[in-house]
Amino acid sequence: MIHRLVLRNLAHRPIRTGLTILALAVEVMMIVMMTGVSEGLLQETLRRTRGVGADILIRPEITGATISGADISDKLPAMLMERYPQISKVMGSTVFTPGNLQTITGVNWEELSAMSGGVAIFDGRTYQEPYEAVIDEVYAQQEQIGVGETVMLMGHEFEVSGIVETGKMSRVFIPLETMADLQGWQGRYSQVYVKLHDPSVALDLIEELRTLLPDHHVVSVEAFLANTATNVRHLSSQFVNVIIAIAVVIGFIVVMLAMYTAILERTKEIGILKAIGASKAYVCSIVLRETVAVSVVGIVLGYGLSVLGQRMVALQYPLIPVLLIPGWMVGAAALTVVGAVCGAMYPALKAAQADPCEILTYE
Amino acid sequence: MSEEPIIKVQNLRKTYRLGTVDVSALRGVSLEVDAGEFVAVLGPSGSGKSTLFHIIGAMLAPSGGTVRVDGLDLGQLKEAERSQMRKRTVGFVFQRFNLLPTLTAEENIRIAQHIAGKADADEDHFQRIIQFLGIAHRLRHKPFALSGGEQQRIAIARALVNKPPILLADEPTGNLDSENSLAVLDTLKNLNRELNQTVLMITHNPDAAAYCTQRVVRMKDGRIA
Repeated sequence: MIHRLVLRNLAHRPIRTGLTILALAVEVMMIVMMTGVSEGLLQETLRRTRGVGADILIRPEITGATISGADISDKLPAMLMERYPQISKVMGSTVFTPGNLQTITGVNWEELSAMSGGVAIFDGRTYQEPYEAVIDEVYAQQEQIGVGETVMLMGHEFEVSGIVETGKMSRVFIPLETMADLQGWQGRYSQVYVKLHDPSVALDLIEELRTLLPDHHVVSVEAFLANTATNVRHLSSQFVNVIIAIAVVIGFIVVMLAMYTAILERTKEIGILKAIGASKAYVCSIVLRETVAVSVVGIVLGYGLSVLGQRMVALQYPLIPVLLIPGWMVGAAALTVVGAVCGAMYPALKAAQADPCEILTYE
Repeated sequence: MSEEPIIKVQNLRKTYRLGTVDVSALRGVSLEVDAGEFVAVLGPSGSGKSTLFHIIGAMLAPSGGTVRVDGLDLGQLKEAERSQMRKRTVGFVFQRFNLLPTLTAEENIRIAQHIAGKADADEDHFQRIIQFLGIAHRLRHKPFALSGGEQQRIAIARALVNKPPILLADEPTGNLDSENSLAVLDTLKNLNRELNQTVLMITHNPDAAAYCTQRVVRMKDGRIA
């Protein structure tokens, strides 16, 4: 019976109810999308690093998750191959980060292909001329570029020679020598990848390499990925938390205003309920049930909007992967319900305190 | 030894504070109503009869004196106990019907059962009441689709559905035309005669009071006249 009353009350003011549901849905979508973009970008970065196929990564001592520079001698790969028979392949690369979070990688294509187990080419071929570039399918989709067209990289025109699968090291590749010429990085690498015959000996070799290369940061790729994930999540969590807090506060305010208005509008009905014996808890529960009902519908709608948003971002901005994380979807639902119930608490208590005698005398 | 009256009011006083001025609405009212009686409290506007109605109905606390309803001393009750009393001991019928506009007639009756924790507990009683009041064919309608007389009969059904020992009616014909007024008064009279329902009716209409009640108590200026 009380459920019927709750639904009838909500249906009585469809526009107000609809707007409240929409606001809660937007709250859910904001949380799910923000966490989705943050985690999606991270996972994509990790996937590309893992896609190189290396076991050990050697970088200059102080670098973060992304680097732009070259401080490692190009003699290092040959020296490692000669000294350590457990190493099967060594590959150096240079990395330039232009500022839009998309890195440009200088790499010897044959070395990358050998280390990663092959990079599928969907269209065209690898670069054979200094000012040719290879891009991955997502970058090609985002920039609407095809083979034979030109792309501006580091202030120079490059002709796209091939489009390759995504998930291998970078989205944009240019010849190692061209990068060195353009940046003045002759004889130097940004980072060196090491692949072993037997990955189980990686930790022992890392210890040896740390002794051999005290000025370098030598780490297993898995440890590097774990550290990167931790650091990036820590940095992004501050921003994401602010957005989540704003979303929850908006939901809180919208529900409080909507329920407060509803209570003012239904003063007489509340007086009637109390006159026929409804307790404070009963009246309170009606308001809170209405709040939970709009929250549940808002959450479901928010999930729908999130899926829609994910698809729209994928179409419009393929470089921004959105990962809908089940844990955060549950978290968004919980935050929405808690925020909404908190918002409804004051109107609910105000309704519960209503004096039936006063209301029925003066209404 | 005779049974205690179902309503026993002694030296009841109620003072409202309006700004800095105290206004006495009841100035020492004493009244007894026996179980099964139909009593009308008759008086002009401002005589204090509605205040008496609200105090006996546990909606308003008295300023002084004692009120015992069905053995309960209302002056000693906390708010939660007052709510309990309103849903079990008294049934209310108001001048303006006071039905919930979003619910159907049936739902307006059943919500009272739900509040009392008696939902589906006594379906036979529910059916008996709606047959008695002749409202079975109007149960699916919302209040706006019902005439004033029908709305008041729905309100009477809501008041009776939990089998309260006392029915309190505050100007039950005040918003009705003469034909519907007569029908509602007949309903109350029949309830009293056939079901031995105790009824205390507040009215300013001497004809209504004389038509159906066994005893008329007149009030004026906060006192029994």
